[in-house]
Amino acid sequence: MLKLESCTVTNSSFTLRADLQINRGARVAILGPSGSGKSTLLEAIAGFRDVSSGRILWKKSDWTDLAPGQRSVAMLFQDGNLFPHLTAAQNVGLGLRPTTRLSKAEQDTVDTALTRVGLPDMGARKPSELSGGQQSRVALARALVQQRDILLLDEPFAALGPALKVEMLDLVAELVMETKTTLLMVSHDPEDARRISKQAVLVADGTAHAPTGTETLFANPPAALRDYLG
Amino acid sequence: MADRAQPLSAWPGRTAAIGVAVLILGTLCAVALRAEAGRGLGPSDWAALRFTVLQATISAVLSVALAVPVARALARRRFPGRRILIALLGAPFILPVIVAILGLLQIFGRSGWVSQVFLSLGLPPLQIYGLHGVVLAHVFFNLPLATRLILQSWQEIPAEQFRLAAQLNLGASAMFRLIEWPVLRHSCPGALAVVFAICLTSFAVALTLGGGPRATTIELAIFQAFRFDYDLGRAALLSGVQLILTAGAALLALRLSRGGGIGTGLDRSLKRWDSHHISAKLADVAWIMLAALFLLMPLSAITLSGVAGLLSLPDAVLSATLISMAVALASTAILLALALPMAAAVALGRGAMIEMSGILGLAASPLVIGTGLFIVLRPVADPFAWALPVTALVNAVMALPFALRILVPQARAVVTRYSRLSLSLDMTGWQFTTIVLLPRMRAQISFAAGLAAALSMGDLGVIALFADPDIATLPLQIYRLMGAYRMQDAAAAALLLLILSMGLFWLLDRGGRHHAET
Repeated sequence: MLKLESCTVTNSSFTLRADLQINRGARVAILGPSGSGKSTLLEAIAGFRDVSSGRILWKKSDWTDLAPGQRSVAMLFQDGNLFPHLTAAQNVGLGLRPTTRLSKAEQDTVDTALTRVGLPDMGARKPSELSGGQQSRVALARALVQQRDILLLDEPFAALGPALKVEMLDLVAELVMETKTTLLMVSHDPEDARRISKQAVLVADGTAHAPTGTETLFANPPAALRDYLG
Repeated sequence: MADRAQPLSAWPGRTAAIGVAVLILGTLCAVALRAEAGRGLGPSDWAALRFTVLQATISAVLSVALAVPVARALARRRFPGRRILIALLGAPFILPVIVAILGLLQIFGRSGWVSQVFLSLGLPPLQIYGLHGVVLAHVFFNLPLATRLILQSWQEIPAEQFRLAAQLNLGASAMFRLIEWPVLRHSCPGALAVVFAICLTSFAVALTLGGGPRATTIELAIFQAFRFDYDLGRAALLSGVQLILTAGAALLALRLSRGGGIGTGLDRSLKRWDSHHISAKLADVAWIMLAALFLLMPLSAITLSGVAGLLSLPDAVLSATLISMAVALASTAILLALALPMAAAVALGRGAMIEMSGILGLAASPLVIGTGLFIVLRPVADPFAWALPVTALVNAVMALPFALRILVPQARAVVTRYSRLSLSLDMTGWQFTTIVLLPRMRAQISFAAGLAAALSMGDLGVIALFADPDIATLPLQIYRLMGAYRMQDAAAAALLLLILSMGLFWLLDRGGRHHAET
């Protein structure tokens, strides 16, 4: 279980409070107006931002002071998820070990992951030789080999077209099901949230609220969400 | 940003910055302690001070005054070769001073091309030595720089303003008053200050074209006090004066100028509607031709006169060539070892002090550092035995401000863009450096390395201070050949130096770009 115990995260302009729990294996959408602090919440969980008070716990371990690489978290950002000067396979390989020279066994793992996301034989290509959707798949393949407990998505598919985005979300849903990964996903689009997550966390007015059922939330939206949805 | 995690530590950069500051300020202290302030400045010292300021002022005013029409012509004309010409304006920056001086001598010297024409017309030959020779060489080096600085701000005038001016049917004078003058008023003081500061520390030009009681710069006076009179106290005192002067000028230049000069993006030409007058066209063509001739003739002269002797160079030149290559490569390595960690630390946002220490190199004069190192080394070692390592080190420190200006923006971009991803993959320190930072900065690193190698290759400064008769870098060897009136050999060696400097720059710069993708 991921637990944020009365956390406050201070970003230069505002403070976000969070006191909530997310069950293992859950798929949770994070909804809220822009600028409300959805990304800040993910960054705090990933370790890119200090919490000024409170604790972050995963299962029995305290993550509050752990460095980002030491938390069992894989994160995909809005952009810049791949290193442009490395091949797709090298990019995926970095999920195993911070090196560009992998052992044979590790290379096999990378190839399997690339095949799983639908990119067999694309390992030698550089990101610039891949389409936007293919780049997202490489980043997902890396998250796959990382074998982390939690996957955080900070709108990595925002730049893709609607059909492609749906395709990627379905792939994500499949992968997290297979690996029993806990998924937290920032979303602007209620449809995305409905599509793959049963639960949703509303971030509004400086607070990340405890997760509720996505359908319940949309059926009876609080004022902040109502304004946002229009 | 309240981000706490960083993929790199800033301490190697801090250490490098402290090392540079200690070198520059430490040698300064050594000099200051030696200086006999009580003795004060003698008449010849005052003369040197006056001459230094006078020649720098005239050089700056002339360079900028000539740069304005050239920049204007380049800004509003499109012609084949325009890009090459603008790129060429960057070349004097890495052109060895001694090569340019030899070239200028062959054009404007007593028996140069221009004097030949004068003689055939029954006029006396040109006299290049003295104030006007020094100014001529300085204008040769700084006219291109001033042109680039002014051209850059000219290109920043939004195209909409020219469109609007065309709509309002503004004439040439209204155009100048309303649009061009405000830009010039903004950019000229900066260009003046930069050129003035550069000319203050001029050594090689004054050494070859100046000299004598009426044309000695402070930098040259330090050299003479040191080399001829072995008067360390006086050398130190002059170093102190020089330092106050250069630090003041460098501060002024930094305040008045806003970067640029070695940047790119100068090859855009604006569409304008006010320049179709035949007189404007003719004037622009004339200015561009004159500037191109002034820059290209001395280099052509060197090439023509040097090529014959290139295959029969004296042995002394060949050994000096090897020494110069070694010094240049060592200097490049030192530069990168200092500049890369410093750029990374600045990119991490821990940079104010580090950037200051990088800028110190702009205010410091190589001869002052050299004098200080001599004073520091003398009790523990034979300073003359250290001539080459000291030269490589001082050259690296002098190239540092430029290298930082090239490296820091990209280092910043890499850290901003990739530090979160790297951290989430647990890549820090050495791994982040080798897998992410260095590969992403390859083009900038090669550019900085090319610059450092070429600058060091062509430098005639500290080495003149330290070298004994048996040892010389190529520029010093050329200077000695000139002193012995062996002008054929000097020209051939100068051509070799020109080829090597430019070649080294090209090789390093291109080599790095070759495989750099995306």
